[in-house]
Amino acid sequence: MATDEARRPTPFERLYAYLDAPNRRHTVHVIIILLLIVTPFIANQYTTVILTNALLYVVLCLGLNIVVGYAGLLDLGYAAFFAVGAYTIGILTQQFGVNFWLAIPFAIVAAAVAGVVIGAPTLRLRSDYLAIVTLGFGEIVRFTARNLEITGGASGLFAIPEPSLFGWRIDSASDFFYVFAVLAVLAYIASQRLYHSRLGRAWLYVRHDEDAAEAMGIDRVRTKLSAYIIGAIFGAMGGIFFSVNLGAISPESFSFEQSVMILLAVVLGGMGKIPGVILGAFIIVLGPELLRDLDSLRLLVFAVLLLLIMLFRPSGIWPDKRS
Amino acid sequence: MSETILTVDRVTAFYGQIQALRGVSLEVRKGQIVTLLGSNGAGKSTTLKTISGLVRAQSGDVSLAGDSIKSLPAHDIARLGVVHVPEGRCILRGLSVKENLELGAFTVKDAATRRRRIEEVYALFPILAERRHQDASLLSGGQQQMLAMGRGLMHGPRVMLLDEPSMGLAPKLVTEIMRIIKRLNEAGTTILLVEQNARLALRLAHYAYVIENGEICSQGDAATLREDESIVQAYLGVA
Repeated sequence: MATDEARRPTPFERLYAYLDAPNRRHTVHVIIILLLIVTPFIANQYTTVILTNALLYVVLCLGLNIVVGYAGLLDLGYAAFFAVGAYTIGILTQQFGVNFWLAIPFAIVAAAVAGVVIGAPTLRLRSDYLAIVTLGFGEIVRFTARNLEITGGASGLFAIPEPSLFGWRIDSASDFFYVFAVLAVLAYIASQRLYHSRLGRAWLYVRHDEDAAEAMGIDRVRTKLSAYIIGAIFGAMGGIFFSVNLGAISPESFSFEQSVMILLAVVLGGMGKIPGVILGAFIIVLGPELLRDLDSLRLLVFAVLLLLIMLFRPSGIWPDKRS
Repeated sequence: MSETILTVDRVTAFYGQIQALRGVSLEVRKGQIVTLLGSNGAGKSTTLKTISGLVRAQSGDVSLAGDSIKSLPAHDIARLGVVHVPEGRCILRGLSVKENLELGAFTVKDAATRRRRIEEVYALFPILAERRHQDASLLSGGQQQMLAMGRGLMHGPRVMLLDEPSMGLAPKLVTEIMRIIKRLNEAGTTILLVEQNARLALRLAHYAYVIENGEICSQGDAATLREDESIVQAYLGVA
């Protein structure tokens, strides 16, 4: 029955194949870099701030993509890692007066530890159970932040000092746009390299069939834990710069809704596919802004649009061939 | 006689409260095909899983060339060269034939060795070479079995554990798979073969064990067991 007739590629497939061709990819990279450089000059402050937020989402989504897309582990509490990065910076710089750049390694280590904390007990869990535990983990982190004194309780931390680099104070909207542009580019490069790495292939095999992977000599525990740890570090990097960008953080920035939005962007864009995930991040952030004229109908229309996308592109807008 | 490469010594194993193995002992000598026969639920697959570490032995010991591997994790046992080709083949759907084969050589660090092995596998199974870029789930049952065995060979096994390679295949394909197993063995691969099709397995193997209710109830040279109609009738059913 299942004959593979020569099926005509859909317009989507043709467009993606066109953009994915190695020689054209360079051109696309150059265009994107140029766009990132000129945006703060041509966009007004409002647009710059929104785009900065979109770039933050790109970093977060690429991080979650490692856990969900590459390793196939559902995570409903990803905002927790984002929170760990933000709070570590907030506490160290604002409460203890540590230099921002010196605080970064601490935030990364804290996130990696958090990655192990969530990863180790959930190694044997699959799908729904994993979803429940990660959801719980996200909530635990948020409630801890709300109830500790050092994290500023429900009102959070404010007056987090802005960092400076070689005497240049990073404080304007365009400064932060560039900071997040650099982060997004780094996250992109790291994701790309991981995808093609030995570890990337181990994730691929574990995602498809854990037992077969193990029977062929792949260490399941190490493979999964490294996905959580690397994903956590991406999230923390987002959180680190998020905290100094806003200058204030509160537990509500790291709610369950935040985790869901990041996951939504990954699924919508195409799990495991880097350009798809980036596209998803932009849609999730820019969509509601573009629909602002619709006023109170805004979120309803946006939700319907998301549903339509998922109906017509069930494996994401730009799905990964390997899955 | 050649040296013993794999020893299973009075192994017991449980699934929850249920005892699946009640002290199984067997030996596999280097260069041989040893077959483990028995009816459904006798403990054949469990024995293989206990060797490869997918199921933990409660007591007893499993050793590879004299060293105990009983408490090693499954991936370390695989790295030592005990390759388990599981029942149902465990083909990774959505990945190409070539990617499936590459999984087998995941622990092989040397790229030249990987290339050489994949060429060897393609030579042994020309159909896999032909369909190397296709989604593995589009292969027929027999081809999937070849892929699973090819993947095992990519690993460079010291012992290959084959779990019911003939399951669900058309008779003609069964003969084909058996012929390939023989060829693999002649090329130097040591094989522990689990089969329900006793007659075929006995024709192939050097030595055979019969397992019933988690215990070895009979063993001997395959040629001897083959002659013993009562054993074939009583324990193995007639295929």
